[in-house]
Amino acid sequence: MRFVLRKIATMLITVLLVSFFVFLAFQVIPGDPATAMLGTNATKEKVEALREQLGLNRPLMIRYFEWLFSFFFGDMGTSYSYGVSVRSMLAGKVPITLSLTLISFILIILISIPLGIETAEHEDGIVAGIIGGLNQVVMAIPPFFIGILLTYFLGLVLQLFTPGGYVSYKTDFFGFLYYLLFPAIAIALPKAAMNMKLLKSSVLKEAKLDYVRTAYSRGNSTKDVLYKHVLKNALIPVITFLGMTLADIVAGSLIVEQVFSIPGIGRLLITSISNRDYPVVSAIIAIVAFIVIIINFLVDILYLIIDPRTRG
Amino acid sequence: MNKPEWMKNRKFVTGIVITAIVVILSIIGTFFTPYDPNAMDASAKLAPMSAAHLLGCDNFGRDIFSRIMSGMGTTLIVAIGTVLIGVMGGTVVGAFTGYYGGVIDEVLMRFNDAVLAFPSILLALVFISILGSGKYNVIIALGIVFVPSYARIVRSEFLRCKNMDYVKSAKLIGVSDLRIIFVHILPNAYKVILSSVAIGFNNAVLAEAGMSFLGIGVQPPDSSLGRMLSEAQTYLFIKPSYAIISGSMIVLMIFGFSMLNEGMEEWSDA
Repeated sequence: MRFVLRKIATMLITVLLVSFFVFLAFQVIPGDPATAMLGTNATKEKVEALREQLGLNRPLMIRYFEWLFSFFFGDMGTSYSYGVSVRSMLAGKVPITLSLTLISFILIILISIPLGIETAEHEDGIVAGIIGGLNQVVMAIPPFFIGILLTYFLGLVLQLFTPGGYVSYKTDFFGFLYYLLFPAIAIALPKAAMNMKLLKSSVLKEAKLDYVRTAYSRGNSTKDVLYKHVLKNALIPVITFLGMTLADIVAGSLIVEQVFSIPGIGRLLITSISNRDYPVVSAIIAIVAFIVIIINFLVDILYLIIDPRTRG
Repeated sequence: MNKPEWMKNRKFVTGIVITAIVVILSIIGTFFTPYDPNAMDASAKLAPMSAAHLLGCDNFGRDIFSRIMSGMGTTLIVAIGTVLIGVMGGTVVGAFTGYYGGVIDEVLMRFNDAVLAFPSILLALVFISILGSGKYNVIIALGIVFVPSYARIVRSEFLRCKNMDYVKSAKLIGVSDLRIIFVHILPNAYKVILSSVAIGFNNAVLAEAGMSFLGIGVQPPDSSLGRMLSEAQTYLFIKPSYAIISGSMIVLMIFGFSMLNEGMEEWSDA
């Protein structure tokens, strides 16, 4: 339990640091939001009044803690461009991006782990050779390009799905999942390739260790040694990698959403950046960062469960 | 026949060859392209591949081959700038924190952890939304984003080396700290830094392409492969070759750098 508490403490510190960083980043922006909202022709009194109203004239630290507290109680401020609450703009968009991330993550595991084990088991086989070579190339393809290739070959040529035909999860849940499958493949493929390669080398490295020889000498079959002994250890670096890639998967979904016209937070983020709508940008960035931090925390906990040696 | 050691490393050779092609094409591209990459020719809109236009033309009648040459140049400049800022910043931060340790080290490393918790492209977007888009702002944004990861690599090398005998004896004969850091310890870290430089190029190309694809990276008149890809997406049904070619060029650059990196890793392990 002590380790878990310590991890929680580290997580909270990271949350504070990250949130302060996000807050600060949007405070040092050249140009005052009040001037930006009123235009350069506004009188000084008007700007001052709006600064007062927005609370911009108070000390930085006070504003930070106010921002943080109201953030956690769901008040994320008001959009500069649309004048509506950021919360209402984000509602309904976060679950879409989260679903996409989750499906991609599941796909990475489903693709990489069986293939990694297979190629490690038959290291010198033809299949392993082909997959290994293909792997090197797939790793180098950016997710948005895979997305475009899928749109063309699966969407336009084979007509397996309608490009741009996003289905809301409110109207047709399975249609929604089916449409998300293609962007998820685009996000998952390069990461799955990297993970597969890592798993393969990790299995091969473990297989050279003494305990494997001992397991064989006790009369275990190759399959038994692989699944009951080697895999347990070989999966540890894979879990680390999966935890680390999660940040990339979230970032990947932000971009791939554009390719498939999915109305998730990625699209909102891009339009808000172009419009310099800082409350929306900072809210999205803070949310993504918190999601990543929480997932990293869960990975750490998973670690403690799988590998008792890390409980030191 | 005695081949030099590095030529036996297949990955390294592949990486060198691809990177060399990319670099040569983009250097030529900065001085000479078959057509002006931004010249529009209304009569050649979406022209197919031909002797006049090797890879055809885009929706404005601009020559795709010329645009790819200059786009690769832009991407390469962004990547070089980014890696330079990242490596120099990271080396300085990592060297001092690793060598001196203490409270500053603790604070900076916690800060580093926090920054690394962000997806790098997201962090770059924070800077872009503050600085505005454009080639140089992309370099600055990505450069800053890359500092922490290099700082971590350099720091761990310094932690490893700072208690070695040669450092101790240098201290004994009165060598200054600065000289120990930069003249004595830093050269020992070069292999690690070098192989992370290749992976840095890899990430920089990927990030630049992604940002330009979203329309918040490199801005016209600078051409960029990512931007070309996003323009090509609109014409995917009419002219799929445009998207496939510009995307493949991004893949080629990333592939070259990742081969270089893996080659170098094998070489430094040996």
